[in-house]
Amino acid sequence: MSTPPTDGRGLAPIVARHPFCADMSVADVALLAGCAENVKFAPGELLFRNGAQANSSYLLRAGRVALVVHGAGVAETAEAGELLGWSWLHPPYRWHFDARAETAVRAVRLDGDCLRRKCEADPRFGFDLTRRILFQVTRRLERSRLHGLDVFRGAR
Amino acid sequence: MRYALPADSLQRLFRTLKSGGRRLVGPTERDGAIVLDEIDGVDELVVGRTDRQSAARYRLESTGTSLHFDFNVGPQSAKRWLHPPSLRLFRARSAGASFTVERPPPPAPIALVGARSCDLAAIAIQDRVFLGQHTDPHYASRRSDLLVVAVQCGRASATCFCPSMGAGPRVTTGFDLCLTELDAPHRFVVEVGSPAGQAIADQLALDPAGADARAPEAAAARAEAAIDKRLDTDGLRVRLLAALDSPAWSEVADRCLGCANCTMVCPTCFCTTVDDITTLDGAHDRVRRWDSCLTPESSHLHGHGPVRAELKDRYRQWLTHKLATWHDQFDSSGCVGCGRCVTWCPAGIDIVAEAQTIAPATVPEVS
Amino acid sequence: MTAAPLKDPWVPTPMEVQQVIRETADTVTLTLDASARPLHFAPGQFNMLFRLGFGEVPISISGDPAEPDKLVHTIRSVGATSHPLTTVLPGDVLGVRGPYGSAWPVEAARGSDVLIVAGGIGLAPLRPAILQLLRNRAHYARVLVLYGARNPADLLFLRQLHHWRGRFDLDVQVTVDRAPADWFGPVGVVTRLMERARFDPDDTVVMTCGPEVMMRFVVREAEHQGVPPQNIYLSMERNMKCAVALCGHCLWGPDFVCKDGAVFRWDAVAHRFDHPGL
Repeated sequence: MSTPPTDGRGLAPIVARHPFCADMSVADVALLAGCAENVKFAPGELLFRNGAQANSSYLLRAGRVALVVHGAGVAETAEAGELLGWSWLHPPYRWHFDARAETAVRAVRLDGDCLRRKCEADPRFGFDLTRRILFQVTRRLERSRLHGLDVFRGAR
Repeated sequence: MRYALPADSLQRLFRTLKSGGRRLVGPTERDGAIVLDEIDGVDELVVGRTDRQSAARYRLESTGTSLHFDFNVGPQSAKRWLHPPSLRLFRARSAGASFTVERPPPPAPIALVGARSCDLAAIAIQDRVFLGQHTDPHYASRRSDLLVVAVQCGRASATCFCPSMGAGPRVTTGFDLCLTELDAPHRFVVEVGSPAGQAIADQLALDPAGADARAPEAAAARAEAAIDKRLDTDGLRVRLLAALDSPAWSEVADRCLGCANCTMVCPTCFCTTVDDITTLDGAHDRVRRWDSCLTPESSHLHGHGPVRAELKDRYRQWLTHKLATWHDQFDSSGCVGCGRCVTWCPAGIDIVAEAQTIAPATVPEVS
Repeated sequence: MTAAPLKDPWVPTPMEVQQVIRETADTVTLTLDASARPLHFAPGQFNMLFRLGFGEVPISISGDPAEPDKLVHTIRSVGATSHPLTTVLPGDVLGVRGPYGSAWPVEAARGSDVLIVAGGIGLAPLRPAILQLLRNRAHYARVLVLYGARNPADLLFLRQLHHWRGRFDLDVQVTVDRAPADWFGPVGVVTRLMERARFDPDDTVVMTCGPEVMMRFVVREAEHQGVPPQNIYLSMERNMKCAVALCGHCLWGPDFVCKDGAVFRWDAVAHRFDHPGL
């Protein structure tokens, strides 16, 4: 369960320090922070559920999150310093897996509606944000490729 | 000093070669081909036969002469004798909790009669393979005990291209004695190439060659004049390595049967595999035998299958190793231009033509 | 007339199995008694191991180079010849030929950060490097060991991994591809661990060993983070019958993997991966 929403602009220094925002301008950090809220999860708590409305990105600050694909178990874990979630970018805005806190987790939740509005209002910001997210997606795709090759499978 | 050997004295030479328990290996006709096999004497030599070779074609014809060496190379080379097709590395036996290892005794030494200049060049190349950082004792013992009586070619086949590879047709080095055969009357000019060869010449008390002294050069010139096939080796290594992705490899692979004849007849190919053979009485033999990079098994990796999964990969390995990466490993080309791979390929694939197709030499621009 | 007898590189030396540790369902670590003739080896080298009645396979040496009287090998059962090596008992005798091959650049890496990335059985040929490094720990800056396996049951050297994790001068991270319910560590590929690892790409030596595909992803990630190709080393595997550059099976471009490898510097071999089936 998240803490009640606060005025995100105060989170600007925390947002700025997150690796996702490396080399981001002060103005853009402020834009992000305006959509941000501080959140905490206890071990075992779900950040979000498969099939539910996807309206957030999470900048993970501490702890580990398991990405659980229904019927297949834990596909991957996400850790502090990573960005989790971008399904707010495209309709139907739904999560494709569960995200479960393995340990105590601290994160900054970025609100999807807020981000979409700001991207549409400021295309340059939108482009930069989308490019950063695309980079994360590319990395995930690479890892999935290697993961899917099941390189350690036995020979016999 | 060059010597004269009348044809009817050849048997005396052979007796001298066989002294001390040496086995005599020479060209003899078997199953429609001239092979290098163990012979007793002159009676088993080829007489009055010549070869007609071209891509995928080998025929023997009678010439009506009494000449013994009027042909080029058959499917075999010194490789058969120095790097045998099958060889027991050792026999291991259980001994309590441990095991003993029994190495095979070295074979009787050999006098090889009939090696051509390309064969000598191939032996020199295999010396670098087997007597390098790691020495193969089986090759080393056969090699150090080998007596070589070379034959100077006086003719060439359509598949020969030794001049392109710096491997002939003139015999220059790597022999103990070299014979140049002449007719009317049937005789030989003998060149000496080593102290062992000189000792044999002395033992035979041969007369000087006299007027025939330049016969070896004349023979080599005739052979060279008969050679049409040319491989442009200038920059070939670099050109081939730049063409690893050429579609031409697939084109060759469409014709190639993967039969591995080329690697079997090639005098420098050296790949082997090892078989483990356990006998009923508890012995474990490790037997080394010729293998070929053209087989998928040769690059098999557990859990993966062959690294060179497609025939085009394997043909590429053979050609680029022979003509390119051999230089990186052994400071020379791996090819001596003997033409055996062209003659004995059932699909008639010509290494020279393929090299030229895959890695053409650039034509200089006319200014 | 015969040449003087040469040392025969084809003939194995008998050595007794002292200890057998079962690491996982299909992998064992054998300790062979080399005290009669200690075998000095460099980290990354391998031996050919022979079992009477079966045959011979190349196996990386996985023990401490500072203890050459004990030859340690970690063997995974993957075929008809490796399997019999995983069923030996203490007191059995195996034949040994070696050591062969090139070495990890442990000495040359002094003064730098060292990033060791292992996948599956790939930790075995890297263990001697880690052990040698730790004996001279002060000569290195940051040292990281990143290790990935298919699942927790496949992790090698568990006790040693825990011991290494307990050191304050070593960063050890372990991940698995598939996790059972009782695994609370990272899940995912080992390159993921690289994304979060702290090292100076301008002055880090990367040593990686594992399935070839994995190593290529590791190398790509290292280069992506700015490690120059001449500071990245990988260990290649090819079919081997002799291990002494005489049988031709391990040829790879201009190299014999048994003699010029198995450890290669990335910049020397990178372009070979552009040509599948080379």
